[in-house]
Amino acid sequence: MKTNNMPRPNGAQPPMKRKLNFGALKRVLKMLFSYYPVLLPVAIACIIFSAIASAIPAIFNQQVIAAIEEWYISRDWAAARSEIVPKIVVLAVLYAISLMAVIAHTQLMAIITQGFLGKMRKTMFNGMQNLPVRFFDTHKHGDIMSYYTNDIDTLRQLVSQSIPALLQAGIIVTSVFFIMLWYSIWMTLVVIAGVFLMLFVSKKIGGGSAKYFIRQQKAIGKTEGFIQEMMSGQKVVKVFCHEAKAQEDFDRINNELFQDSRRANAYANCLGPIIMNIGNVLYVIIAMVGGLFLLSGAKNFSISGMAFEISIIIPFLNMTKQFTGNVSQVTQQINSIVMGLAGAERVFALMDETAETDEGYVTLVNATEDENGNITEDENRTGIWAWKHPHHDGTVTYTRLTGDVRLHDVDFGYTDEKIVLHNIDIYAEPGQKIAFVGATGAGKTTITNLINRFYDIADGKIRYDGININKIKKSDLRRSLGIVLQETNLFTGTVMDNIRYGRLDATDEECITAAKLSGADDFITRLPDGYETQLTNNGANLSQGQRQLIAIARAAVADPPVMILDEATSSIDTRTEAIVQRGMDRLMQGRTVFVIAHRLSTVKNSDVIMVLEKGRIIERGSHEALIAQKGKYYQLYTGAFELE
Amino acid sequence: MIKTLVKSIREYKLPSILTLIFIAGEVVIEVLIPFITADLVNNIKAGAPIEAVVKTGLILILMAVLSLSCGGIAGVTCANASTGFAKNLRHDMFKKIQGYSFGNIDKFSSTSLVTRLTTDITNVQMSYMMLIRTAIRSPLMFVFSIVMAYVMGGALATSFVVVVPVLLFGLLFVSRKAMPAFRRVFKKYDRLNESIEENVRATRVVKGFSREEYEKQKFADAADDITFDFTKAERIVALNAPIMQFCMYFNMVFILLIGSKLVISSGGSTVDVGQISAMLTYGVQILMSLMMLSMIYVMLTMSAESIKRICEVLNEESTLKNCENPVTAVVDGSVSFENVSFKYSETAKRFALEGINLEIRSGMTVGIIGGTGSSKSSLVQLIPRLYDVTEGSVKVGGVDVREYDINVLRDSVAMVLQKNQLFSGTIKENLRWGNENATDEEIAEVCRLAQADEFIATFPEGYDTYIEQGGTNVSGGQKQRLCIARALLKKPKILILDDSTSAVDTKTDAFIRMGFKKFIPETTKFIIAQRVASVEDADMIIVMENGKIADLGTHSELLQTSEIYREVYEQQTTGGAENED
Repeated sequence: MKTNNMPRPNGAQPPMKRKLNFGALKRVLKMLFSYYPVLLPVAIACIIFSAIASAIPAIFNQQVIAAIEEWYISRDWAAARSEIVPKIVVLAVLYAISLMAVIAHTQLMAIITQGFLGKMRKTMFNGMQNLPVRFFDTHKHGDIMSYYTNDIDTLRQLVSQSIPALLQAGIIVTSVFFIMLWYSIWMTLVVIAGVFLMLFVSKKIGGGSAKYFIRQQKAIGKTEGFIQEMMSGQKVVKVFCHEAKAQEDFDRINNELFQDSRRANAYANCLGPIIMNIGNVLYVIIAMVGGLFLLSGAKNFSISGMAFEISIIIPFLNMTKQFTGNVSQVTQQINSIVMGLAGAERVFALMDETAETDEGYVTLVNATEDENGNITEDENRTGIWAWKHPHHDGTVTYTRLTGDVRLHDVDFGYTDEKIVLHNIDIYAEPGQKIAFVGATGAGKTTITNLINRFYDIADGKIRYDGININKIKKSDLRRSLGIVLQETNLFTGTVMDNIRYGRLDATDEECITAAKLSGADDFITRLPDGYETQLTNNGANLSQGQRQLIAIARAAVADPPVMILDEATSSIDTRTEAIVQRGMDRLMQGRTVFVIAHRLSTVKNSDVIMVLEKGRIIERGSHEALIAQKGKYYQLYTGAFELE
Repeated sequence: MIKTLVKSIREYKLPSILTLIFIAGEVVIEVLIPFITADLVNNIKAGAPIEAVVKTGLILILMAVLSLSCGGIAGVTCANASTGFAKNLRHDMFKKIQGYSFGNIDKFSSTSLVTRLTTDITNVQMSYMMLIRTAIRSPLMFVFSIVMAYVMGGALATSFVVVVPVLLFGLLFVSRKAMPAFRRVFKKYDRLNESIEENVRATRVVKGFSREEYEKQKFADAADDITFDFTKAERIVALNAPIMQFCMYFNMVFILLIGSKLVISSGGSTVDVGQISAMLTYGVQILMSLMMLSMIYVMLTMSAESIKRICEVLNEESTLKNCENPVTAVVDGSVSFENVSFKYSETAKRFALEGINLEIRSGMTVGIIGGTGSSKSSLVQLIPRLYDVTEGSVKVGGVDVREYDINVLRDSVAMVLQKNQLFSGTIKENLRWGNENATDEEIAEVCRLAQADEFIATFPEGYDTYIEQGGTNVSGGQKQRLCIARALLKKPKILILDDSTSAVDTKTDAFIRMGFKKFIPETTKFIIAQRVASVEDADMIIVMENGKIADLGTHSELLQTSEIYREVYEQQTTGGAENED
């Protein structure tokens, strides 16, 4: 499903009940600082500056009012002007500075946030490219995608809005707090009591809200799952006249979702008015308490040592507003910070996945061979390849790449507890074709995963041209092994790009030659833009057979000495299948081939057939020999079992 | 467009209206609070007796309580209205889709339908919530505050003549500039995410060809490009805050400067100090309400896309209509095609089927063979009226399929689709799709017929085995056999298998066909297959090519007369399907 990335309003975000993860916060900040060692401190300075600059004017503001009070009876504007105007000028200057600081930090934060996200994306992706196949086999693709969509989006919110807002509100709260103390400690205590009430209420309501948001989240998951299943099976629903039943089931699930999201949103919607009005009540209480103090002539207790006067109470009232306003800002931000950090935690988990290790030191090089069989390295593509093997004593030997692959007594399990392959012995001489047959789960694909080291064996040895494959650099090992998988994966780009994926420096002519060899040229030239036809969405505009042909051409242009083929089981029509078959056959010529066979014709033409059952090779030999043996292979061949 | 959506509000009109009323109440009180507050401040200043201060204080607290009640009730009714509206929308869309014909379903892909039912509805729900909560609040707040500002501030209110247009212009400018920029970026962003998905799916290809570095470079280029565009868009949006603050600051300075002059020179007679404070508060309220309005504007334009996509679904008319006075019984399983031509959409240039004439007696077994795109599936899909013919007519039991009640027809014509699906639930639940009231014995019987009973018996939980979504825990061949059993449970007069045994081994396939012959002889059977072996013992084999019947006859006849049939046959028999030894 396509992810929607439109910015969501922050009105009703699920306040998840999770603890703030300070480790993740520290790491985010550390990364931010290391990416922007200059810009970020400047931005932070501007945030602090603008916060202070917007807190201080309250004092001047008040002084102006006080001055008006003082002068208005005299009605002498000319005289009052000299006192009032400078104060307003100071105020205006402060505002101007604050405004500049705001412009600076909002622009800087925009640059920093997007730069940071860009770097995060790249770091995540680069890290992911280095992860072993196991990671991709054990994680759902939807979950991996959500690192790049949901989690990155919450990080954006965190860096661009929550952290600056929290910083700003925090600074305003602190500075206002000190100014309040400066005026009157007694009244400050009243304000603090009120704020505690606000925090308590928002926590209570927030908790109720969180409970229903979690339930809503579950209900959404259930509804989406149902919708997904029904929409993809809509034609089946119609064929079975199941519409009424489907509607009935849907309405039930839909109603559950409604109940949960109604409650969740109701709680969230109420929070705002409640907090705001506690603020209002607090304001009135402060006014009354102030009035009482004033009338009773109680002694003030403050940093400034000022007595209770009207000139204290009025500014104090304004500060109460600012204080409560910013406290509720903080409570609102906490939520998105918790969510943002949860996102960051997941992103970090992906970054911290252990990369595929490669301790191989034998590399694949272009070479030339003289008449005496001496191999020398060559910088240019010669068509001859050799393994370059450096030794401890500093010498280097070269072994010609021939495609001799041997498995000795190999055991393997995807987990340590469960061994799925037992005592596998295979000898493939250069140019030999080895076919694997057996039921689903017998271990055919697993063996091929071991040869190119997508997974590492638990016990035994695999040798390639006599070299233990653990000593060969993984990328070079894989370069020497071509693969055509059962499920064809093509990339967005032109047909030519997709073929060239096999060898990046191949010329157009070489790609076309490969396409001709595999039998793909015929249909490609008939496409509207020929080789320049754009493929999207895994080649959705091509048929299954055509996609396979491109995959074969891709392997052909790489021209590796050893091929691993996984034949497709899906039914394609007889004619295309014949073309695919011919393409495969041509690709196999002159190479060592491991083929997971689904077609009896492929099996019959193999040099050696390995019949697998439950992770063991139970029969091996040529077609004729195995037929004569009248064992499992004979049964498979006569159609008594599914050849999957 | 909006009209279509409004129809789905239904019983949630009342909570919607209540929300508006209570929000209006809340706004009125909120606007009055600074007015009374000014009174309170003046009382304190003037050294009024404590009773007077307490009295105004209590009035204020009462107002706060009222405002809280209004806000709280509005919050609840608003949640009720918006989530209820979303519920109704989902219901209406789902219902509409249930009424879709195959043609309609083809038009929207299933993934696009899922997005429309989920993400798009969520967007509309959010917008609706925002709309009824703030759409009245902001303009009301704006109007009231302006009025109060003039009433209280008089000349001081001129400040707003300057500030309001500046802010409006600024906000509009920003959203006008930012929205297209964001839309462009989000498109690119979607493409970037698609390319990540592509990479994840193709891990084995990437690693197999050692293309990790190449992929990193490719991604880095795309990511840098996006970062550049995102930064540009985000920097435009970042102008919002300074514009707002500029207006607020300007307002403050202006009111203090002019206000102090007015107060002092008039000796407090035209304007007093309390009014200045109130003016400052109203200033904030006016500017905030404008800010909110601009947010609604952005939000609504952003969800316009979703609204459009939802309305497309709701306004789509089913291409199949039940006729009046439909025939409610199918007499037998005879099928005839008379001069049938068919294309998938009116605008399509190419006919999928042309000039088809067929006469099939009840109880016959008909095999259909032909290459991809030869319209084998198109042919059989006309029988249960999954699509309507473009020309000619298809008759079942001697009656044109368009004259039947569509449910009656489809209950008598069971079709096992090529792209079939099991649903999450037990095997038994899945099979009962064919007949809700089927007994356990009946279920076991059809499973025997479909050769599914044996493997079901090997599952520890037998017929109660839970099938995962998408049927991922059964093999392809098992899934196909379960789908056949499900169709058989309908006790249909006509059974159509559209390439439904491709993953079943040849022996089992033969057993299934033998069973059909023996146990359901009266049922007319259509079998589409790639394997000649699956159709060779049929009473009639149709060879399709390019939407036309190329050849027609029995196996032995076709071997003589049909070149295509012979070619396919030879290819398959020499290819390795020599089952004879």
